Amino acid sequence: MQHTDHGSPRRVGAAAGLRDSLGVGLGIFPLGIALGILVIQAGLPGWLAPALSIGIFAGSVELLLVSMLAAATPLVTIAATVFAVNFRHVFYAFSFPLGQVRRGLPRAYSVYAMIDEAYATYVLLPPDKLSSARIVTGQLAMQAYWVSGSLLGALIAAALPAPIEGFEFALVALFVVMAMDAIRGRRELPSAVLACLAVGASMLVAGENTLLVALIIYTVLLGLRFLLNKRRGTSAPDAATDSDLPQEDDRA
Amino acid sequence: MPSTGYLIAGVAVAGVITLALRALPFAALKPLRKSKFVQALGQWMPAGILIILAIVVFRDQITAAPGRVFPVLIATAVTVLVHLVTKRRALISIAAGTACYVLLLNLL
Repeated sequence: MQHTDHGSPRRVGAAAGLRDSLGVGLGIFPLGIALGILVIQAGLPGWLAPALSIGIFAGSVELLLVSMLAAATPLVTIAATVFAVNFRHVFYAFSFPLGQVRRGLPRAYSVYAMIDEAYATYVLLPPDKLSSARIVTGQLAMQAYWVSGSLLGALIAAALPAPIEGFEFALVALFVVMAMDAIRGRRELPSAVLACLAVGASMLVAGENTLLVALIIYTVLLGLRFLLNKRRGTSAPDAATDSDLPQEDDRA
Repeated sequence: MPSTGYLIAGVAVAGVITLALRALPFAALKPLRKSKFVQALGQWMPAGILIILAIVVFRDQITAAPGRVFPVLIATAVTVLVHLVTKRRALISIAAGTACYVLLLNLL
């Protein structure tokens, strides 16, 4: 581990982080613009757009907050809503590679900036390809796209009649791609099946809280899976086959 | 328009809760790192969480604009196909799917 300020490992890591952020940025930046436009259209001051994306940095909640703040919703209601919508982040702690991030400020920032996109980007990479510089740079870039997008949106809200529609699809594409990358072999199949069961059941019963309920059901199912494995005497998750072979990729 | 003080308080409340939800679980799990169960969850969760996120985001996109089911379906299919054909180069797949969707919306 080198800690020189312009040591090349760190610069390589930062460059990799920037590259990581590009695909995600394609979805984040237009959504930031949408946030800025929404703030102005709701009759709120322009500074609120960057204030939201720096003070909170959680896309869906910020979009929700715009209408809540415009309607002068009580702070207690805002608190409860934010708690419910963002509770899913609790589950990220089980698998986000925070141990790879240097202690102190970098690690604190990494926790603060742990949006869905950052989790999705870094949870799948093998540990030897991760570095503190890479993760933190990627997250910084993601927030830069978000903040600058919201600023731009606030600025152009008055000037433009309507921005080009459809860029928000990048978010769908991003998560579809991430999900595909997550299932690389037979090893992930049980998790995939349980996740589909969880999200299917959740969609039937949960209404607005689909995401949270699905995550809770999924966690319960994994708990059952653990107990079942334990009874069969195979409780230890097989970490030996980490070799990341893209064997069953060519299904197209 | 709501007062500046109220807006700042709203952002602060939401910010503190979000940060707590992100930070506290890491602190809580620290002593449990050696637990077999926590390790198993850490290994099993990513694939499932990403699938759940993908399905929910996909569903939200359709419910946000029910008249656009076909553009969403076509663009998603394009994303998946390009991702398989280009040997999983995420950037290209996302760009292709998004471009397809933008074109379908604005040209049809």
